[in-house]
Amino acid sequence: MTRYFTKDHEWIAVEGSEATVGISDYAQSQLGDITFVEVPGAGSEVSMGDSASVVDSVKAASDVYAPASGKVTVANAALEDQPELVNTDPEGEGWLWKMTLSDPAELDGLMDEASYQAFIAEL
Amino acid sequence: MRYLPLTDADRSAMLSVIGAGSIDELFADVPAEARLSAPIAGLPGHASEMAVERHMARLSANNVTAGSVPFFLGAGAYRHHVPATVDHMIQRGEFLTAYTPYQPEIAQGTLQVLFEFQTQVARLFGTDVANASLYDGSTACWEAIAMAGRITKRGKAVLSGGAHSHYVETARTMAKFTGDVLDTVAPELTPTPDDAALIARIDGETSCVVVQYPDILGRIPDLAAIAAAAQAKGALLIAVVTEPVALGVLQSPGSLGADIVVGEGQSIGVGLQFGGPYLGLFGCREKYLRQIPGRLCGETVDADGKRGFVLTLSTREQHIRREKATSNICTNSGLCALAFSIHMTLLGGSGLSDMAKLSHAAARKTAAALADVPGVTVVNTHYFNEFAITLPKDARQVVRDLADRQVLGGVSLGRLYPQEAALANGMVVAATECTTDEDIAALAAALKEVLA
Amino acid sequence: MNAINPTGWRPSMGENVPGAPIQTFTGNRGLQLEEALLFELGLPDRSGVDFPETDSIDLSALGPMARTERPNLPGLSEPETVRHYTRLSRQNYAIDLGLFPLGSCTMKHNPRLDEKVARMPGFADVHPLQPVHTVQGALSVINELAFWLIELTGMHGVAMTPKAGAHGELCGLLCIRAALEAKGDPRDVILVPESAHGTNPATAAFAGFKVENIPATPEGRVDSAALIARLGPDVAGVMITNPNTCGLFERDLKIIADAVHAAGGYVYCDGANFNAIVGRVRPGDLGVDAMHINLHKTFSTPHGGGGPGSGPVVLSEALSPFGPLPFTARQADGSVTLIEEEQAHEEHPQTFGRMCAFHGQMGMYTRALAYILSHGADGLRQVSGDAVLNANYILRSLDDVLDAPFGASGPCMHEALFSDDGFAEGFSTNDLAKGLIDEGYHPMTVYFPLVVHGAMLVEPTETESKAGIDQFVGAMRSLAERARAGDEMLKSAPHLAPRRRLDETLAARKPKLVWKED
Repeated sequence: MTRYFTKDHEWIAVEGSEATVGISDYAQSQLGDITFVEVPGAGSEVSMGDSASVVDSVKAASDVYAPASGKVTVANAALEDQPELVNTDPEGEGWLWKMTLSDPAELDGLMDEASYQAFIAEL
Repeated sequence: MRYLPLTDADRSAMLSVIGAGSIDELFADVPAEARLSAPIAGLPGHASEMAVERHMARLSANNVTAGSVPFFLGAGAYRHHVPATVDHMIQRGEFLTAYTPYQPEIAQGTLQVLFEFQTQVARLFGTDVANASLYDGSTACWEAIAMAGRITKRGKAVLSGGAHSHYVETARTMAKFTGDVLDTVAPELTPTPDDAALIARIDGETSCVVVQYPDILGRIPDLAAIAAAAQAKGALLIAVVTEPVALGVLQSPGSLGADIVVGEGQSIGVGLQFGGPYLGLFGCREKYLRQIPGRLCGETVDADGKRGFVLTLSTREQHIRREKATSNICTNSGLCALAFSIHMTLLGGSGLSDMAKLSHAAARKTAAALADVPGVTVVNTHYFNEFAITLPKDARQVVRDLADRQVLGGVSLGRLYPQEAALANGMVVAATECTTDEDIAALAAALKEVLA
Repeated sequence: MNAINPTGWRPSMGENVPGAPIQTFTGNRGLQLEEALLFELGLPDRSGVDFPETDSIDLSALGPMARTERPNLPGLSEPETVRHYTRLSRQNYAIDLGLFPLGSCTMKHNPRLDEKVARMPGFADVHPLQPVHTVQGALSVINELAFWLIELTGMHGVAMTPKAGAHGELCGLLCIRAALEAKGDPRDVILVPESAHGTNPATAAFAGFKVENIPATPEGRVDSAALIARLGPDVAGVMITNPNTCGLFERDLKIIADAVHAAGGYVYCDGANFNAIVGRVRPGDLGVDAMHINLHKTFSTPHGGGGPGSGPVVLSEALSPFGPLPFTARQADGSVTLIEEEQAHEEHPQTFGRMCAFHGQMGMYTRALAYILSHGADGLRQVSGDAVLNANYILRSLDDVLDAPFGASGPCMHEALFSDDGFAEGFSTNDLAKGLIDEGYHPMTVYFPLVVHGAMLVEPTETESKAGIDQFVGAMRSLAERARAGDEMLKSAPHLAPRRRLDETLAARKPKLVWKED
């Protein structure tokens, strides 16, 4: 399983053509307490860069962009009652959706963990 | 000038601190061509409180007030008795001159009132939740239509013929710019509303069905049947209540299956005020919570564990979502919501029921008296406090002739529907607990004279 | 993700403060009185209103939808009602209590004459659908106020009916859209400065326009070069606030307006900050096509805990024909008539339609007219002068202890803008604001405009005395020192208000919007 990151602080963990998407620890700490997460429906098609999800904190609503294109297979139902999972375990239990990739080549443009850590150190 | 505390000495001292020679210097960023050098010519100068009061009193005297003559107007605004306590309480400076409760620690007064108001509206409407008010009933009706479109992802709203013409026109204006399609019809002067015809207009493209309850002619649609038909096609039922006192004796729209209930709260606590400010009421099912427009007040606790209230779910609103907000609304109708809530508190369920029964009784007496006037037909089989009558001639002129006889007899349908020839001889007549037997006798006598 | 958390505000409840306060049996603290919820106090069969007997009333004419039980709404006797609401009122800050420094809200004194006038029966006890010859006085009020608004702004016409500022913005944009449609011009982009109030892009999007942001310059004004460069056959217009949300006069507005007109577009001006220039500058002279006026800001109609507002929109000659229904018109014989749908075909055929039922916020018109007549042309000019003086005095009294990002570029208008630059590590604008509560003030506008980090926007208005402002400045200096020094007590402020910091996260995660029996 390889994990990539975007400049907009999404992560995508890839195994073959299946992927899981979420937001980074940096993103959740910037947002503060997350109060609600809108996730895409199973079966919906997303394109890289589309706003596929919205993460609400008390005074902000942040769009989450799809790191890659594909078809959503399942959204994280636990977030409906426990949006705080995105705060407590953003890269684990706080995942947003799983998808089947349509163009794995898109991942070439993304950062790996080390590059992302260097990137956020500069912010 | 009595509202401006600064003295010339103050101004000099302040200009020294600022390092400017005059107030005019502070306007240096204004291009010279746009800067006015003196008070605008042709406008009067300041006036004493006495002079202003005299001027306004003269204008006030040049109106026929509802309380000074037999009065029977309704059509979306009703004259009920508001206890003296209401106006006193809303004039307390801590209510009148407070701001939107964005700093909840020092706004628990406003916030608790809003929480109580939301609960009162939800109970009155029979909905799970309600918001902290919108501008008025007509804009609340449009907001509900827009919300139904977002929820169902369909673009066609079906409006019953019994919806107030101003509400329909407001929705029509807004829909022009959002691309929603509105299917509208004019009302017909039938004794009961044609619910079957309305149901026949609902199809798989319908986002919502909008039904006024009681309707513009005072008739009472079968909301339960319409709700079932709408839901069978995946559409939402939006009930519109322009006279909430009716819910003192009629079943609530929520209990009959309405998904969204909107209304005009003016009847309770707010007063006629020549059309505004009024009070938009909005309630709906809990599952649609995150689609609700306008402000919401929610319960929480503070750092010491004490119960308190805050504005919540703000991420729906324009100051956060900007272009993606559920609505562009910023203001609610705070002081009017307070007046409504205080009046409702004084009434309680039993008082509201009594007020409604008395209003209905007055309407019954009025209908009976008018039915006896030659040429007048009472249209409605059922009504709450308002009903339609047909006359042998154009009702617009009759209304003016009644006014010349010091009777405000009702609202002509021609005023509301100028393009509908079939309605020209119709008018709607409303009564409330304020209506006396003398008023009713005066109306009947004047109408008899006008029609003779 | 897009811009994460643009305001930088995150909730924080603060640590528990050592040294518990004195406990009382009731939970009351002297004159600071707790108050239960109506639903915990009242019962449906209790009432504060006496009615005649109703049991014998015949309800058969109601038909099958009649209720079988009375509504489940609690009532209280009159004394209990008065207590309930009096005690609640005492938990609110208000203009009547002290300086209310909310930038862009114009929290000026609400004259009590205006309340008296609004309640005159000829205005309060008349129905909107009465025959127009029976309400000539009321219609004259609307017409007279309309005249003043047009004269004060140098515009051609005015749409009186919008119910609030945001509603007025919508009205202005719909006039623009109607004007373009009348020409068959499909352009659909509106340019909005990034410092704009959220209602601007929300309204533009609702009216069917695409919104594009224009950046601000380092001097805090809209980048007019960038704006003008963006103009083209697809740009319907620009929404600009003047003075802007940073409290600065947009010097280039006339130049921008001329360029926008030359390119075929229109200029909408957000008039929320009109208090800075009323009586001194007319937006019509700057090329504005439409501007909403917040009667509850510049013209002092009461804020009422969040509303009602009133947002009439002054219109240029180009846009006036498209304004909404209904409106008043003075006839040759001196009487005032109302142009509604029936007359529209002849009198106002290009109207974009009706925006709401009836004819607008009459209760706000009476108050605003009384206010305007009291001040007159000279008084209104003094209003903007003193408003701007007070704000500059605050700016210069604080700019040695608080960072004023645009303080060096000249005077501010009616509001002064500060940032959190210089605060100790971990200390935020929110902490200073909550500390201000303990000092006995409502906080200033915070985290707006977004273009300044930890923004604090202070608008004193003209109805503050110098002594009152000096006291406020003293409190602000103390708080600024504490924020720079990193005083931990700020992080758990307020300590002395009726409530400590409230858990907004809980309120959003587990919304409880109505009272339920346990």
